[in-house]
Amino acid sequence: MPFVNWLKRRLVVIAGLITLGYLLLPNVVVTVFSFNKPKGRFNYEWQQFSTDAWKDPCGVAGMCGSLSLSLQIAVWATLGATVLGTMIAFALVRYRFRARGAVNSLIFLPMAMPEVVMAASLLTLFLNMGAQLGFWTILIAHIMFCLSFVVTAVKARVMSMDPRLEQAAQDLYAGPLQTFLRVTLPIAAPGIAAGALLAFALSFDDFIITNFNAGSTVTFPMFVWGSAQRGTPVQINVIGTAMFVVAVLFVLTSMAISNRRNKQKA
Amino acid sequence: MNTTTDNSGDVRLTQIGKRYGAFTAVHPLDLTVPQGSFFALLGASGCGKTTTLRMIAGLEEPSQGTVHLGDQDVTHLPPYKRPVNTVFQSYALFPHLDIFENVAFGLRRRGIKSVKKQVEEMLDLVQLGEQARKKPHQLSGGQQQRVAVARALINHPKVLLLDEPLGALDLKLRRQMQLELKRIQTEVGITFVHVTHDQEEAMTMADTVAVMNAGRVEQLGSPADLYENPRTTFVANFLGTSNFIEADVDFKSGDEIVLNAGGGKLFLPTARCSAQAAAGGKVLVGVRPEKIALAHADDAGEIPEGRNRITGRIADSSFIGVSTQYVIDSPVCSGFEVYAQNVDRDPRLTPGAEVVLHWNPAHTFGLDATQAIDAGVESVEEDAA
Amino acid sequence: MSAATEAPPPLAPTAPETRPPRKRGRLTPYWLLLPGILWLVVFFALPLVYQASTSVQTGSLEQGYKVTWHFATYWDALSEYWPQFVRSVLYAASATILCLLLGYPLAYLIAFRAGRWRNLIMILVIAPFFTSFLIRTLAWKTILADGGPVVGALNTLHVLDVTNWLGWTAGDRVLATPLAVVCGLTYNFLPFMILPLYTSLERIDGRLHEAAGDLYARPWTTFRKVTFPLSMPGVVSGTLLTFIPAAGDYVNADLLGSTDTRMVGNVIQSQFLRILDYPTAAALSFILMAAILAMVTVYIRRSGTEDLV
Repeated sequence: MPFVNWLKRRLVVIAGLITLGYLLLPNVVVTVFSFNKPKGRFNYEWQQFSTDAWKDPCGVAGMCGSLSLSLQIAVWATLGATVLGTMIAFALVRYRFRARGAVNSLIFLPMAMPEVVMAASLLTLFLNMGAQLGFWTILIAHIMFCLSFVVTAVKARVMSMDPRLEQAAQDLYAGPLQTFLRVTLPIAAPGIAAGALLAFALSFDDFIITNFNAGSTVTFPMFVWGSAQRGTPVQINVIGTAMFVVAVLFVLTSMAISNRRNKQKA
Repeated sequence: MNTTTDNSGDVRLTQIGKRYGAFTAVHPLDLTVPQGSFFALLGASGCGKTTTLRMIAGLEEPSQGTVHLGDQDVTHLPPYKRPVNTVFQSYALFPHLDIFENVAFGLRRRGIKSVKKQVEEMLDLVQLGEQARKKPHQLSGGQQQRVAVARALINHPKVLLLDEPLGALDLKLRRQMQLELKRIQTEVGITFVHVTHDQEEAMTMADTVAVMNAGRVEQLGSPADLYENPRTTFVANFLGTSNFIEADVDFKSGDEIVLNAGGGKLFLPTARCSAQAAAGGKVLVGVRPEKIALAHADDAGEIPEGRNRITGRIADSSFIGVSTQYVIDSPVCSGFEVYAQNVDRDPRLTPGAEVVLHWNPAHTFGLDATQAIDAGVESVEEDAA
Repeated sequence: MSAATEAPPPLAPTAPETRPPRKRGRLTPYWLLLPGILWLVVFFALPLVYQASTSVQTGSLEQGYKVTWHFATYWDALSEYWPQFVRSVLYAASATILCLLLGYPLAYLIAFRAGRWRNLIMILVIAPFFTSFLIRTLAWKTILADGGPVVGALNTLHVLDVTNWLGWTAGDRVLATPLAVVCGLTYNFLPFMILPLYTSLERIDGRLHEAAGDLYARPWTTFRKVTFPLSMPGVVSGTLLTFIPAAGDYVNADLLGSTDTRMVGNVIQSQFLRILDYPTAAALSFILMAAILAMVTVYIRRSGTEDLV
């Protein structure tokens, strides 16, 4: 039975590709429906081809504003979480200190906690303090939940780093600051970049925690959520498609560049 | 080189020691490495040799004692302020910098702007001029090793510290680099302090070797001195191979000690006995395998008078080209090793043959009988693996 | 922090330093930890305390709340909302199992069979992350639309008959049923399963497969006895990364489900943001946290991978 054998050998590949299809199907739908011209307020059924939305992506009241707010929050949250998280990661890997276990738990718990619990409890704190919900409360919350992920990413990289490299720098007349800037930081950079990228993605796309702590401020995910109730403009799909394309292009070019570099050097 | 009157490259360790909690890595020791010498710290892993080196480099703070370079007390100077550079074990080349920048690193940190000429000269010295723009991982082990040496030497340190610099290389390359390093040392005249577990490496390269064991310097001297006159069983076993016979002191006569072992008499020059040899006491008699001659029992009569001799039976023999190695079981010592040059091979010397071993008493050495006979044996095998 | 700016080190012999040995950076780790840990203490740990306190308060929004140690709130919340709790656990567990079944082949494919396609597939797995998950979740409304091709196909193949009998779907609809919610949860958290699985699979030495084959193991036996056990760390962290967020999620149940598929997250959200019954919401949130932490602890113990975290 050649066909059965063929199938047997490729079972994993076929199953894997089915999963990949499952993962990508919504993106295909999002892209296709960005060219739709819906009849009612909702963009769930195919009507006819149109590029209207692409020509006027900001044509929906408040959407592009929410997008820019989300980007701002994501940038600041990434910056904050990356700096704080990198410092913690270095302390954890490079130093011995008391309460290491407690620190590790404090890093791990936010990742093992459903978002809704963190969101609700943080809101209780803000309500008790009488804080004004908005940009700052969102930023505080985002830095909080991104922090652990940055720590994990940076820690992995720093742990695999040979401590002798820093000793060699010291031996070659680099003081503590020089050693850190010239050796430690460049070598840890890929881990820090990975952590930062993760933080950016998490913050930019966060809905649940933002939903609780935003007050009347509207981030992009909040806008999408609201539109699911009121009516989904096609422009949402335009933004979604553009984000996907930009992300893929970004990764592809960075990979191509690093490939070329390796080839040149070899 | 005009360095004979300059002592700024002396390394002087005074009562220096290192403890980690209850564990003593290095017992307080005094050591002086004279300017311009090639000094080796030899020992098995965990004997404290690397810790000692790192205390000179400033990478480890001594628990007690002082480190002097020339007249300068550097005990509390951080590594980046010491005129000392290190060739690290497995090199520690910066993976994100190319070869040129690796070598230029020390110069740049000291604020020197025009480094190009110096770096290029240095790279030429280690024959890596072509590779300047490659990253470390693109070089072979031997090339990386040379970069590590160049990176340290370009700073003209007073002392160059080498931490197992050849450990990661294969045997052939290691031999080649040993000669290379020795050549560079003679050329630049800098004090080299070399840490190694490889006794052959230490003996080939160093003027002076300090054998370390369990945080202490067991013996210090020139390679030949250590080999010929070991003062402990550890040194005797760690450097090369030694045979030991436990013997009773019969009496002393002039500059010779007469000993009893298994009914026979053995002679030992008093000068070559490091133990207290009182009549009636015990002494470990040692002799190197290559000093021993082997005669078939039938020829025992032809052995000249005045030589130490014992009898035994060949248990095993292995032919290795230049020599044949015999293992001989004797009443006074089982597993006696004899290396015989393959000049005139006696066909009767096969396993099972009764033989007489004999050697010049001047090649005998006497050690304190209270120490373990096999000290230093195991660790050699472990490290060689 | 010790010595931040150093002048070029003097190489000529300087005056011998007679300072006692410096305690090099004894305090450095604490300075490094301080800001980040403070952040977590104030904005993660402290809120949990506030929440615990809120859960035992009574009062009203107008008159304010006071701590009265009113533990009955917990009992009331549980007796009123236990169906939502059960549903959360069931949906999250189903989604986790589906994620494992779907994700393992893909992770395996990337790790061992993808060859030069490996990077591309990796990108395709990660890239959807960069499109807002809400937009992608809304796309499922289109995919599972009533009378659409997917529902039509399921109907023709009589799959809907089975799922109707199981109570996962109702009539000719998939949307607004448990199946749609589980489908959305599975979709949303699938990358969290695939990535850890891939990481632990990728670490496995390919020669182990050959060795197993050499030792008379058939492919399936090789998988069962070698590959799968070695990928356990990935399975454990993947299931945790899927189950925990799925159990607390309310987005999928809201967008793809109906009032009959409300999960505990939906209840917490509406109590907190719409009904403004803070004590009940806090109690529910606390129960959810405790339940999940308890389950996770037991799970990690049972799977013998405590060193994972």
